[in-house]
Amino acid sequence: MNTELLGSIAQIVGMIVLAYPLGRYIAKVYKGEKTCLDFLAPVERWIFKLCGIDPNVEMSWKSFLKALLTVNLFWFFWGMFLLYFQQYLPLNPDGNAGQSSHLSFNTCISFMVNCNLQHYSGESGLTYFTQLFVIMLFQFITAATGMAALAGIYKVMAAKTTQTIGNFWNLLMKSTTRVLLPLSLIVGFILIMQGTPMGFDGKMKVTTLEGQEQMVSQGPAAAIIPIKQLGTNGGGYFGVNSSHPLENPTYLTNMVECWAILVLPMAMVFALGFYLKRKKLAFSIFGVMLFAYLVSVGINTYYEMHGNPMILAMGIDQDAGAMEGKETRLGPAATALWSCTTTVTSNGSVNGMHDSTMPLSGMMEMLNMQINTWFGGVGVGFMNYYAFLIIAVFISGLMVGRTSEFLGKKVEAREMKIATIVALAHPFVILIGTAVACYYWVYNPAFVEAEGGWLNNPGFHGLSEMLYEYTSASANNGSGFEGLGDNTWFWNFTTGLALIISRYLPIVGQVAIAGLLAQKKFIPESAGTLKTDTATFAVMTFSVIFIVAALSFFPALTLGPIAEYFSIY
Amino acid sequence: MISTLFKSFKLTIAFCILFSVSYVFILWLFAQVASPNKGNAKVLELNGKVVGAANVGQNFTQDIYFWGRPSKAGDGYDASSSAGSNKGPSNEEYLAEVEARIDTFLVHHPYLKREEVPAEMVTASGSGLDPDISPKAAYAQVQRVAKARGLAADKVMALVNANVEGSLLGLFGPGKVNVLKLNIALEKANATK
Repeated sequence: MNTELLGSIAQIVGMIVLAYPLGRYIAKVYKGEKTCLDFLAPVERWIFKLCGIDPNVEMSWKSFLKALLTVNLFWFFWGMFLLYFQQYLPLNPDGNAGQSSHLSFNTCISFMVNCNLQHYSGESGLTYFTQLFVIMLFQFITAATGMAALAGIYKVMAAKTTQTIGNFWNLLMKSTTRVLLPLSLIVGFILIMQGTPMGFDGKMKVTTLEGQEQMVSQGPAAAIIPIKQLGTNGGGYFGVNSSHPLENPTYLTNMVECWAILVLPMAMVFALGFYLKRKKLAFSIFGVMLFAYLVSVGINTYYEMHGNPMILAMGIDQDAGAMEGKETRLGPAATALWSCTTTVTSNGSVNGMHDSTMPLSGMMEMLNMQINTWFGGVGVGFMNYYAFLIIAVFISGLMVGRTSEFLGKKVEAREMKIATIVALAHPFVILIGTAVACYYWVYNPAFVEAEGGWLNNPGFHGLSEMLYEYTSASANNGSGFEGLGDNTWFWNFTTGLALIISRYLPIVGQVAIAGLLAQKKFIPESAGTLKTDTATFAVMTFSVIFIVAALSFFPALTLGPIAEYFSIY
Repeated sequence: MISTLFKSFKLTIAFCILFSVSYVFILWLFAQVASPNKGNAKVLELNGKVVGAANVGQNFTQDIYFWGRPSKAGDGYDASSSAGSNKGPSNEEYLAEVEARIDTFLVHHPYLKREEVPAEMVTASGSGLDPDISPKAAYAQVQRVAKARGLAADKVMALVNANVEGSLLGLFGPGKVNVLKLNIALEKANATK
């Protein structure tokens, strides 16, 4: 069998096989049961004591959210300040400048919301200090924020009737010290041995064989890459992310990094099964997500390995597949797999340029983010699915004439309203954003010209570039059709807004639903209860998600990637 | 609110110490011991002189060297500003550029038929710093390099074969040839001719 396909299969198998025990471990951590990392407990207690935080106070869902939002607000000021003044701070051997006000706004928001949209290039846009004390720090703590929110939801899903949702600070701390930190260290060790740089010496000057001078950017990359992948952050150390041969030097590092993208989102679903002691429910949810993921992997792998028909028409040897924007050591299959892995989760790191992928591959990348529930970001991904579960429960209830119940709680108008707002906000932000950009593009060309012209490709593909950018921002993904000249006032500002809305609105809504359901009276299961852990209900949920996404996005996708497909095939 | 903000500040400082300092320090220490070049990019040498980073591609334009892939990083292989072309598959301007690259490649390799031109040699890599080409793309260049160097073609072919790196464990991923390594081997072969 083809070694490239074999490599892809090995990566997927590796994710699933290791996600299962990891899920069991995560459930134990959040339940406060004994684990092998309990020796860290004194460190955690010491930090809490210094900060004056009592990690054992049970919070209501409202004070849980208040703590979450307040600490995020603080992080916003922290990030803005350091990014704007980075040239005056230490650890800047390359002498990079501070970021402009709209760029630091965008960068700060984008890392604060776990998106990692990058409108700068890592080599020149940041210093080692901001890489470590803003970018990497945020990659740990914002991933942990999402995980903590989900852990709170697990707690109320497991309880019969409760007023409390756990302690935000405690869950935040546990997510970093017990899950993200140890995994990052392991991945970091592997990357370092494979040749990813981890030093502070600044650029290396070499004279090439042909006698030219080459400045090689390096730095503490091996510290940032593991958490960038594990925390579904995706903001690369170097400008071209994991297609950079220092960020991702070998096929082995590629396998490890790609594994690291999806292992935690997968494990969080298994963790649900262990936490609630409802393995069947977890398996049915996992099945739906895995099915959707594999379909998109199949489509992208097919199109990338078959190459660009326009280049095939030139009569050259394209057996290797579509190599524009890809790396030789990775090959088209690995890039196709990664492009789906990074878009089903809210990761957004890339190991090849998505802008140059084939039209339908580009469509699947967008569709994955537009649906935004297949595995998703650590924590928040499952929470998006949770909102759709509520909708599916409600609709199925109406269809079969049974009361709409989920895990022993009646789903009523109030929860439905919140779930619907959350589900519809996503397409709303994406489509309105793209529409505004298109309006400017058509009716105010002078403005667009003054901003550098924005697009790198004409025609249908140009529309895809704009649609992709808002999709990526709203899905808190962070990958891009990077041809878009997006470090401008318009893009920094509008995508910054999209980022805030699409991060905090869903989190608030989903935690509120969980909190509201938790306060309700527990209804024991009876013959009249709608079973939510069956294959039928899994198909139902899949259909609800797919119909909402397809109806919302199909017209836009038709004008972008689908039109481009028909123009070249 | 104010007290929560203050708690947030203290917690953030604690996280800085935990991650930005301790975690980074552990990895840095590990790199001093276990990385190929003490935490810096791994380098390759010729006659005791560093001639480049092993994993970072270089611009090769002369006929005496094997060439790497087209690069869109800066003016070509600028290792301080990595970049891909980000050209879409239907972009006319881009397709014309590929067409022109094919013609140039054929001018330098007149012995090749058009259908033997490997697509990767006329399409830009993702990073603009791709250090590798496929074995096939190396074989296509053997005759040109041999002629320019006055070496026997079989000898150059043997050098290419010696520099082919197979799939991981022979199972996973594509095979490749590191262009810089191959060119260093060529220089050494020339020196001992």
